[in-house]
Amino acid sequence: MAELNTGDGGGKKGGGKVRSKKSNPGVDLTAMVDLAFLLITFFILTTTLSKPQSMNLALPDELKDETPPETPAWRTLTIVLGSGDKVIWYHGGLDNPIDGPIVATYGKSGIRDLIINKKKYVDDRNKREGADLEKSGITVILKPSEKSNYKNFVDILDEMAITGIKKYATVDITPEDIKSLETNSIY
Amino acid sequence: MAKLKMSKKSTKVDMTAMCDMAFLLLSFFIMTATAKVPEALPVETPASTVQTKLPDENLGTLSIAKGKVFYGVTGRDIRSETLKRMGEKYNVAFSEADLTKFALIDGFGVDIRQMKQLIDMKNEDRMKEGTQPGIPYDSINNQLTDWIQISRNVTKDLHTKDLDIAIKGDAKEEYPTVKKVLDILQKQSKNNFFLVTGLRSDDF
Repeated sequence: MAELNTGDGGGKKGGGKVRSKKSNPGVDLTAMVDLAFLLITFFILTTTLSKPQSMNLALPDELKDETPPETPAWRTLTIVLGSGDKVIWYHGGLDNPIDGPIVATYGKSGIRDLIINKKKYVDDRNKREGADLEKSGITVILKPSEKSNYKNFVDILDEMAITGIKKYATVDITPEDIKSLETNSIY
Repeated sequence: MAKLKMSKKSTKVDMTAMCDMAFLLLSFFIMTATAKVPEALPVETPASTVQTKLPDENLGTLSIAKGKVFYGVTGRDIRSETLKRMGEKYNVAFSEADLTKFALIDGFGVDIRQMKQLIDMKNEDRMKEGTQPGIPYDSINNQLTDWIQISRNVTKDLHTKDLDIAIKGDAKEEYPTVKKVLDILQKQSKNNFFLVTGLRSDDF
């Protein structure tokens, strides 16, 4: 199909010439095929990647229950999102915290280890007391301040997904939390 | 002599068929690839490790950047019907031509009273930055709530499904703006939605 008849120098010369013509009877399609496959790969990759990823976010129903369920202080970890990509965390209530409040950063070197440790702490204590691990696991309370941005919010939700925290809630920030951010100059 | 000729022919592989097929696939992928639609509001989404795909249909997207909120729904029938009902609610009359033209607009961010001018604009003018000031969403003039509520009703009526809501926020957007939008959704008992993000590994 793709063979070309190079019409020049038909039957003028002898058998030797004919042989040399036969050595290149078709067009070399290798480069063309290479290019075509390269483009195919490109289009396959870009079409699948162009679809944006997303994460699910479920908020509690605002109209149903006004008061959040009571959770013992040792089971709650509060993370307050401040400015400059920094957070303050404390374990238990702010007025009488078990641990903290301490400033931390996002990511692997920051808050992640802490969340994993606290989760382990709560799980261990639950095991000792024979409580249901699923029901009475750690509850993380997220308090984004007005100075935090959307990226911080997604980062901390992502952190919940990475560390496998099942129970977390986004709560409005309190004046005490703002004061705590201010004293650490991240507000 | 005849034998020698045959062996010479077989040294080359015929790539014609392969080439044909490669180009056939190439044209298929080019045609099916959706061209990147220019957005009225450029949004740089933050990244996350979670990989949930967004639904293709019955999806309303709220873009948030620079304090502005833009809204868009998928499906042309839903779009025109939503605009029609919004017009009825705010006493703005839209012609049949307006409704068809509006169905082609992916996302918008104007007051309903300026919607007619926006529809009459040329495509490239509409996409220019700064042309659209964002949908009003403050407590006095909360058109965003109506847009979401009405498009949800329309989706329920036309497709008998609840409209999924995706939030496409800019990474640098301040949290209060996002919070306001979340509150609007929560007020109409839309408690489950998607946050559009990029993809990254958990090594950050």
